[in-house]
Amino acid sequence: MDNLVSLMSNINQSNDRHSEHSLTAPVSIHDMTVAYQRKPVLWDVDLDIPEGKLVTIVGPNGAGKSTLIKAAMDLVPKASGIVKFYGKTYKSQRHLVSYVPQRETVDWDFPIDALGVVTMGRYSNIGWCLPVRKKDKHIAMEALERVGMSDYAHRQISQLSGGQQQRVFLARALAQDASICFMDEPFASVDAATERAIVEVLTELKQAGKTVVVVHHDLQTVPEYFDYVIMLNMRVVAHGNVDEVFTEENLKKTYGGRLTLLSEAAERFARQGKSH
Amino acid sequence: MIATHTLSDVRITLPSWEEFLHVVLLEEYNTRVVVLGVMALGLASGLIGTFLVLRKRALTADALSHATLPGIVIAFMFMVGLGGDGKSLIGLLIGAFVFGCIGVLLILAIRSTTRLKDDAAIGIVLSVLFGLGICLLRIATDLPSGNSAGLSGFIFGKAASMVASDAIVMVSLAIFVSICTAFLFKEFTVLCFDSSFGSSQGWPCLLLDTILMTLVAIVTVIALQTVGLVLAVALLIIPAASARFWTNSVKKMLISAAIIGVLSGWLGAVVSAVIPRIPTGPIIVMICGFWFLLSFVFGADSGMLKRQVQRIRLNRKIELQHLLRAMYELIEGSEKESVTTYSIVSKRSWSNSHVNALLQRAKSGGYIEATGSIEFRLTSFGSSEANRIVRNHRLWEVYLINYADIAPSHVDRDADMIEHVLGTEMVHQLEALLDHDDIIDSPHPLGGATS
Repeated sequence: MDNLVSLMSNINQSNDRHSEHSLTAPVSIHDMTVAYQRKPVLWDVDLDIPEGKLVTIVGPNGAGKSTLIKAAMDLVPKASGIVKFYGKTYKSQRHLVSYVPQRETVDWDFPIDALGVVTMGRYSNIGWCLPVRKKDKHIAMEALERVGMSDYAHRQISQLSGGQQQRVFLARALAQDASICFMDEPFASVDAATERAIVEVLTELKQAGKTVVVVHHDLQTVPEYFDYVIMLNMRVVAHGNVDEVFTEENLKKTYGGRLTLLSEAAERFARQGKSH
Repeated sequence: MIATHTLSDVRITLPSWEEFLHVVLLEEYNTRVVVLGVMALGLASGLIGTFLVLRKRALTADALSHATLPGIVIAFMFMVGLGGDGKSLIGLLIGAFVFGCIGVLLILAIRSTTRLKDDAAIGIVLSVLFGLGICLLRIATDLPSGNSAGLSGFIFGKAASMVASDAIVMVSLAIFVSICTAFLFKEFTVLCFDSSFGSSQGWPCLLLDTILMTLVAIVTVIALQTVGLVLAVALLIIPAASARFWTNSVKKMLISAAIIGVLSGWLGAVVSAVIPRIPTGPIIVMICGFWFLLSFVFGADSGMLKRQVQRIRLNRKIELQHLLRAMYELIEGSEKESVTTYSIVSKRSWSNSHVNALLQRAKSGGYIEATGSIEFRLTSFGSSEANRIVRNHRLWEVYLINYADIAPSHVDRDADMIEHVLGTEMVHQLEALLDHDDIIDSPHPLGGATS
């Protein structure tokens, strides 16, 4: 019993120490381990995500990139660890966080139009049992406009292209007007126009002082699109500003033997870095 | 009564016109009760069934309704054991509800602790619990005390035995379900569309799922008496599935499903009252099936007929565009203004008669005009259309060649398909991307002269 008490107080102390350390960070992850059934997918993740930056999470398939953001938002259970948003729990800061899931996670045959999906971003603001207000429709429409989709507001979602669907998802997150935005592979199999529209919105969000965390797989565009990189392969290999951390050495550590194709790209970045 | 009929006794006596009117105009008290009750049931199951179908839990509801049988029999035995005759309807329905919920929980337990998927879990729970129910029913019939005669009525339903209090229960149920649907519309919609987003927004999806399945369980249990546990799920699924063919919005789907449910209930009750010896439950389900067939064929949103018409229209549009493009390319770079049928035939894999039909269509559409018996030229309208089509086509070709790493010889087929769906937005972006505003030379013209 005494042991348990001292253990508890130890944990509390470490919590306190941690929250002192990162009260201002939009997201601070401390000692987080996540396991699906028997197989751990993330080990001892420990990092602070800086405010007002475009942050990307890169790593090979199965590295736990999506799991990291899902666990941060309590969508999957954590085996251990604490995640704080501006020093408080996710539960109390939920209104500050928006989320763009992978496009494949929903049934696009669902009977709803683009505006309807975006309006869902307003639901938690509206609250239980109350109907959607005019104001919410207006905000949703504005969000659609920002991603260049206002012409498609009343189009059934199955009639949109993959890139347009992705933009609708992005608009739903914009409609929440959150200060932290998590995006899971927003650039996966989208057309060039969508990629450009998304990048534009990301830049706008950054200028408005928001923090954006993007799970990403295209290493080539990392230096162009992002300020801060988290390199992940079941544990955090490196994290920091792109120009300091996104090096060939760290890429090799992250991708291991699988980097044959990618090492070429890394070399190019290294050269670019020197020429700057 | 039933024993006096044999299988070869297939006489179904059709009623006289007076009898028919008597029933349809609800002149008889009993018919009124049954019709009202069944219509209310149709309304409730149409509404909640919509969310059930959108949540893709239709088969779970089937397992739920089959799982109620052991619950009913156990409740009966329990009440007999307490010294009653086991005929309390409320008692039986509570038993049904409890076992229905146990069935759903078992499915969830199997799915989350094993590698089995939903379908296998549902199959196991449905059959095992139904089997258990049948065995228990056999034992219950052999019990010395209690009156188990009514129990088998729950399997196939006995709407005709409905009394006023049953109808009142169903009407209250319909009101209750309507209120729940109205208040939880937003919550159920986000649950069904994207539950992980919903959870990230703080909606308690587990609780919402529980509320939804509880409502389903209540509707199922109340439907047991009328349509029976084997067919109860039909009332939930079929109106909602039919409604999906008519609309693309959850709200309208709810309304359509409710209307289809009410109409099926009304028609079913009337038909079974008019034609003696037709059981109400199965006839309601068959009428639901009839609505489904109608919706499947004629549905205004995604019915077969509409889809076929759209497909034919698109094909015709594509063919017309192909014709205009072929004519444009024949004229392009030459002094000629008009082209012959033969030159068009040689450009495409079309038959003579097909080309003639196409030319007639283009002519009546004002795209082309005849300059001789087999010579045609583009009108100014047709010419500007052809210009636009060819431009889109070539922009797309160049885009694919430059940006998508596709060998130029493979581009044409894809471009043929996609140019017809290229929106203005895309074209503007391609133009900006490619720095082309005018018509550009086709990387490889129609007719394969390049290779």
